[in-house]
Amino acid sequence: MPPDPLANGQTPAVELRGIDKRFGTVHANRAVDLTVQRGHIHGLIGENGAGKSTLMSILYGFYTADAGEIRIGGVPVSIAESKDAIEAGIEMVHQHFMLVETMTVLENVILGAEGGALLSRHLPAARDRLKTFSRDYGLDVDPDAIVGDLPVGAQQRVEILKALYRGAEILILDEPTGVLTPQEATDLFRILAALRTQGKTVILVTHKLREIMAITDRVSVMRAGQMVGHRDTSATSPEELGELMIGRKLANRLDKAPVRIGAVAMDVSGLSVRDAMGVERVKNVSFTLRQGEIVGIAGVSGNGQNELMEALAGMRRFAAGTVRLGEADITPARPLAPDALRALGMAHVPEDRLRTGLLPSFAARESAILGYHNDPAYGRGPLLDWGVIDRHTATLMQRYEVKPPLPKLRGSLFSGGNQQKLIMAREMERDPKVLMVGQPTRGVDIGGIDFIHRQLVAMRDRGCAVLLVSVELDEILRLSDRILVMFDGRIVGDLLPEAADERQLGLMMAGAN
Amino acid sequence: MDIIDQLPSLLAATIRVAVPLVLAAFAGLFSERAGVVDIGLEGKMLAGAFAGAAVSSITGNVWLGMLAAVALAAVLGALHGFVCISQKGNQVVSGLAINIMVSGLTMTLGLAWFHQGGQTPPLPPSARFSEVIFPGTALLSGIPFLGAIYGRVIGGQNILVYPTFLMVPLAWWVLYKTRFGLRIRAVGESPAAVDTAGVPVVRLRYAATIIAGVLCGVAGAYIATAQGAGFVRDMTGGRGYLALAALVLGKWKPWNTLWSCLLFAALDAVAIRLQGVVIPGVGPVPVEFVQSVPYIMTIVLLAGFVGRAIPPKASGYPYVKER
Repeated sequence: MPPDPLANGQTPAVELRGIDKRFGTVHANRAVDLTVQRGHIHGLIGENGAGKSTLMSILYGFYTADAGEIRIGGVPVSIAESKDAIEAGIEMVHQHFMLVETMTVLENVILGAEGGALLSRHLPAARDRLKTFSRDYGLDVDPDAIVGDLPVGAQQRVEILKALYRGAEILILDEPTGVLTPQEATDLFRILAALRTQGKTVILVTHKLREIMAITDRVSVMRAGQMVGHRDTSATSPEELGELMIGRKLANRLDKAPVRIGAVAMDVSGLSVRDAMGVERVKNVSFTLRQGEIVGIAGVSGNGQNELMEALAGMRRFAAGTVRLGEADITPARPLAPDALRALGMAHVPEDRLRTGLLPSFAARESAILGYHNDPAYGRGPLLDWGVIDRHTATLMQRYEVKPPLPKLRGSLFSGGNQQKLIMAREMERDPKVLMVGQPTRGVDIGGIDFIHRQLVAMRDRGCAVLLVSVELDEILRLSDRILVMFDGRIVGDLLPEAADERQLGLMMAGAN
Repeated sequence: MDIIDQLPSLLAATIRVAVPLVLAAFAGLFSERAGVVDIGLEGKMLAGAFAGAAVSSITGNVWLGMLAAVALAAVLGALHGFVCISQKGNQVVSGLAINIMVSGLTMTLGLAWFHQGGQTPPLPPSARFSEVIFPGTALLSGIPFLGAIYGRVIGGQNILVYPTFLMVPLAWWVLYKTRFGLRIRAVGESPAAVDTAGVPVVRLRYAATIIAGVLCGVAGAYIATAQGAGFVRDMTGGRGYLALAALVLGKWKPWNTLWSCLLFAALDAVAIRLQGVVIPGVGPVPVEFVQSVPYIMTIVLLAGFVGRAIPPKASGYPYVKER
């Protein structure tokens, strides 16, 4: 790609030229060029692993490029560490917030830019500046709140305040809406628009085409470490960007056969779950799951979905209620272990794949039989038969498009999407009656998402009852035959996808009803 | 009244015993608030004790001994830093290695240099830190109770006692009121936040481990050249571990840590007085039992009476930039 020339001849805020970066054998950035105009919101889009995070980390001084040039406001700069980037007016709002949770908002904001050795002398001035920012940009946060107590949206505002406090002119946001409710995301976009009005430059890194279309002025697309296109947002379409991202046409429509509901597969009534601290996380939840349907549970992360799922999967005792699964009645007095639940035809793809889904430091073949390792098919007596297991794993890998198809490769060396496909293969292969899936596409790229979605629909069409928990509203709307909304441990909405619009769901998820 | 008679000397003993505990616990406080676990308090104290006693004995100048103690312990602190920060090694292993190394090395060097079974020669009063007698002590000694409190608890303590207890508010002030303290606390919770704020993580953590070394050095010198009169093999006797327990009990907060140290010291002072005391129907109280009380108390208190002690989040983990 030749450098992206600017139409009006203005000096761009950021120019990256020929940026190259390798990590061992991985060529993360290949001669990447990027030009961002001052006062723009510039989208940077690409699949996971396309190299956009690496590129931004180079701009932010977290990594240094092997080759290439960085110009800020037309002046070549060398950015070797975060400090250099901060001096050049570049700040980054990371996907995982860089905040000290035990400290106050004010302490977090001044960290690294305290103004002098004695805090008391500089705190009042800092407080005043925070007030100014709150007014100018609509960034509302209590400076004396402990960061760990704040909701995620507010923590993100603290990150933005931190950046502005350091005098940021160029603000990079890495996947900023991943953890936000739709309303919080709308607030964020309002703040970004205010920043643009004040002449700040914003680089928005995301894989969500909708966000790009909604807020950016211009967009650059990366694929496999290379820059594959620059477009004015007004002159492009989600379809074109999607194609640039994955390098082929994307079949966007998911053709679902009409739902054919069968018998009740799982009946949950009056379920309550307490966490280790005794706090009630799931409060008197009842619902029915039938064969041949996908029931989606929507909700902002942390509203009890995870606890509900773990309780149903036998990973967590519940405090009250009954779960009827096939012929079995599960109650707090008669709990069933995950093993017994599996024997009853329940399969579970947990939300946190690295912690509960597979063994990152073990070979894929070991993760591929995890939970089913006592199956006599995999061994003789107490001994495992690795030949059989290898063949089994290779078959799974082929059928579920796990790449690379190497049963002996360590779990952590697969990409997120391929780890997920391996876990799904393991759980789906047994033709369960009930399949529970948590955040099936978190950190999975577009091609992988599509594959996983199709597999879930195929399960449903075969008569499996699928319970889907996801914070991605698009995913819930796309897959579900029925949508339950969870807020604060309760089910606050039960609706059909045809009858649901995103705004209404968002309000329910935020507990506004 | 028996208790009233006993109380001043009990309080005086508590303070005497508390000094090395407080110094070592605050050494641990700085190190662990910055994210470096310090099991090596014991070893650094012991090294300080040996250096202090050896140099005082050779030069006859106890202040030179103190200087040597601080310098050696600070070097060991920096060594711990090198292993844990620069080399990203296991912090517990490094601390234990320092303890074992110092225990053996002090013994060996002591034997080679002084030929007295690993001990340093007994120090004359001139080569030790002495007590400070406050003005008016003799005058007030006639007043029951208050005279003894003034003369033996408030005054009459070793000269190192006073800076030790002044160090506590100073440490609190540094941690909570200065830029350095803010950064230390931050780097123990979230080094990535500190790094992305443009503050060097490595330098902060080294500073903390060296401060820990300095405080341990003073504690060691106190044990060998103020409380004692020369170095004896393994003379710190587990006080470094007790200080760690006090730190946990104090939840890594300065004032709470001070109270924990004083509590342990008071138990120790009582234990000495319980030697040979016979409880009717039970017989003599075993000293070992009383001495183990601080440790048992720590477990019991941490098990529920003071709530959960949550260590600094990044404590124990070397900072590695993630890919």
